[in-house]
Amino acid sequence: MSKKSNPSTHSADTAKAAINKDLSKQEKHELLRTMMRIRRFEERSLRAYQGKKVGGFMHAYIGQEAVAVGCCSLMGKNDHAITTYRDHGHAIAVGMGMNEQMAELYGKATGCSKGKGGSMHFFAPNLNFWGGHGIVGGQVPLGTGLAYALKYKGLKGASMTFLGDGAVNQGAVHESYNLAALWQLPVVFVIENNGYSMGTSQERSSAGELSKRAEGYDMSWDTCDGHDVYAVREIMDKHLTLAREKCEPSVVEVRTYRYRGHSVADPDNTYRRKSDIEEYRKTKDPIQTFQKRLIDEGSITEDEATQIDKAARAEAETAAEFAEASPWPTVEDIQKDVYWEVDNPSERKSTGRIFFN
Amino acid sequence: MAEELENDENVVILGEEVAEFNGSYKVTEGLLEKFGPKRIVDTPISEAGFIGMGVGASMLGVRPVMELMFWSFYSVAFDQILNNAANVRYMSGGLINCPIVIRGPANGGTNVGATHSHTPENVLASHPGVKVVVPSTAYDAKGLLKSAIRDNDPVMFLENTLLYGVKGEVPEEEYFIPLGLADVKRKGTDLTIVTYGRCVLHSLEVAEILEKEHDISAEVVDLRSIRPLDIDTVLASVAKTHRVLIVEEQKPFCSVATQVAYMIQSEAFDELDAPIKRLSTIDAPAIYSPPIEIEQLPNPKRILAAALEVMA
Repeated sequence: MSKKSNPSTHSADTAKAAINKDLSKQEKHELLRTMMRIRRFEERSLRAYQGKKVGGFMHAYIGQEAVAVGCCSLMGKNDHAITTYRDHGHAIAVGMGMNEQMAELYGKATGCSKGKGGSMHFFAPNLNFWGGHGIVGGQVPLGTGLAYALKYKGLKGASMTFLGDGAVNQGAVHESYNLAALWQLPVVFVIENNGYSMGTSQERSSAGELSKRAEGYDMSWDTCDGHDVYAVREIMDKHLTLAREKCEPSVVEVRTYRYRGHSVADPDNTYRRKSDIEEYRKTKDPIQTFQKRLIDEGSITEDEATQIDKAARAEAETAAEFAEASPWPTVEDIQKDVYWEVDNPSERKSTGRIFFN
Repeated sequence: MAEELENDENVVILGEEVAEFNGSYKVTEGLLEKFGPKRIVDTPISEAGFIGMGVGASMLGVRPVMELMFWSFYSVAFDQILNNAANVRYMSGGLINCPIVIRGPANGGTNVGATHSHTPENVLASHPGVKVVVPSTAYDAKGLLKSAIRDNDPVMFLENTLLYGVKGEVPEEEYFIPLGLADVKRKGTDLTIVTYGRCVLHSLEVAEILEKEHDISAEVVDLRSIRPLDIDTVLASVAKTHRVLIVEEQKPFCSVATQVAYMIQSEAFDELDAPIKRLSTIDAPAIYSPPIEIEQLPNPKRILAAALEVMA
């Protein structure tokens, strides 16, 4: 029998949960604003992609906004986040600006990674955001390492390590679960379950209940409605507190949905019906439902919400203009940012040739 | 390692059997007793997990020195080493460093078969972002490892189980050997033998035979570091001897010798009086059969024959 508590469900009215009930009007607006900014950024990014301004892959976060916003709104000074290649939403939620993100998509020198990372590889260590990782599940050991470093240094914080439902079958994820539980590292593994690992549904890819696998490692776990930003906050607050206060790792599965294909390369017409997506849009959209809730409780007016949305659209448009006007990196830039020592020549201690062309 | 543990409290040793067992090859013997379980940490057999965890911890300023019981196991941690440690600085536009050292033995010659006999220095070095070091003597190992631990880039440190038992002079006091600095282990005028790792010892033995029995004066250049690579010391030697043999414990395809040979012909073509020759491991998975494995690897007999061919 596990020594850990059984999963809890969130409150019937998540607005009344301790972490949510005292939110000021301004804080509520901020939650809505951040979700809207993600939505509008992603829509503008997709347009840029269709306009051939963006290369490679792009994985839109549309539909999942409440997850990143709910989680990252709880981050304190010593809390850290790391995620998958579907990283634009988290980047905005931790406070990265749209300009440097859009410029990164355009491959410009003003991008957050100077045009060297692209859509899947956004980073902002100054905001405790550690990427942006391209290999499914590959970031999970890194997130565990962030937690290891927190504990090693005696800091009271947590590592939120996001992964998708497709990643739960990767060995590195299970190895990370084991290490986190074995050494009691302050990490919350957040599975953003959007139902599909690319085009393969959960039923066709994963045995059993995803978050319940935590039991095998004697970690506590929960599932959570990912369309309700309050629910995400309520459940995550509980698990972040466990991590920060007791160095207890855990797994939270947030049930969410993406409206777009897996990436821009996915025409999204083979594995689910358009009517399913429409149904979600109409009944569960995280932004619409939160906006309605705030209007109903009198925290925001219809007009204020429209203004926030308009500002988000304008910000995304400005970001696209900024990206368009920005310079490309140069060919000389290709070999910068490879080695710390090469970029800091006055402190270089090694000698010899380090590049070979 | 003990000096570096004392020097910087962020240095932590992690790996399979490094603490209570005192290290599979006793490299970390006594460290647990001296520094305690926070600094010297036994990991489960879980290379992808713990190496990746070390990479993540290094991003936040911990300086892990991680032992792979065999470098052969790099394959199960490949993604963490070569996608994460090697790339994260680049993909973040220089915002993140990974000051991590991964060390352990990488060699054949111990009859452990193909899975435990890999020498991946060429594979590792073909990933910009990491540094690769292969010491041949105890003296070099200490000076290079200290430099590696203080390095802000990820350093892959490849040792050799057959060298663990070879005794050498190691001063008690602190000293550093910079990465990327080759060492002329023996001076000579007729032939340059470029090599590294355990092959340095074989090559020195052969150089003695060449001198005594063939009146050939061979210079032995120990690369010590594969990336960065001290090609200048190699070129200076070639300019003196005009003949080159490269000896490596590597499979020949796209090996370290391949790279060095390319650079020599490219930068010192006019100095060469004979084609560059390389002597590698015979191109097959590592054979188990003990007497035959000796023949598969570079050994004094094979090196001597190759040297005489270059001189013919």
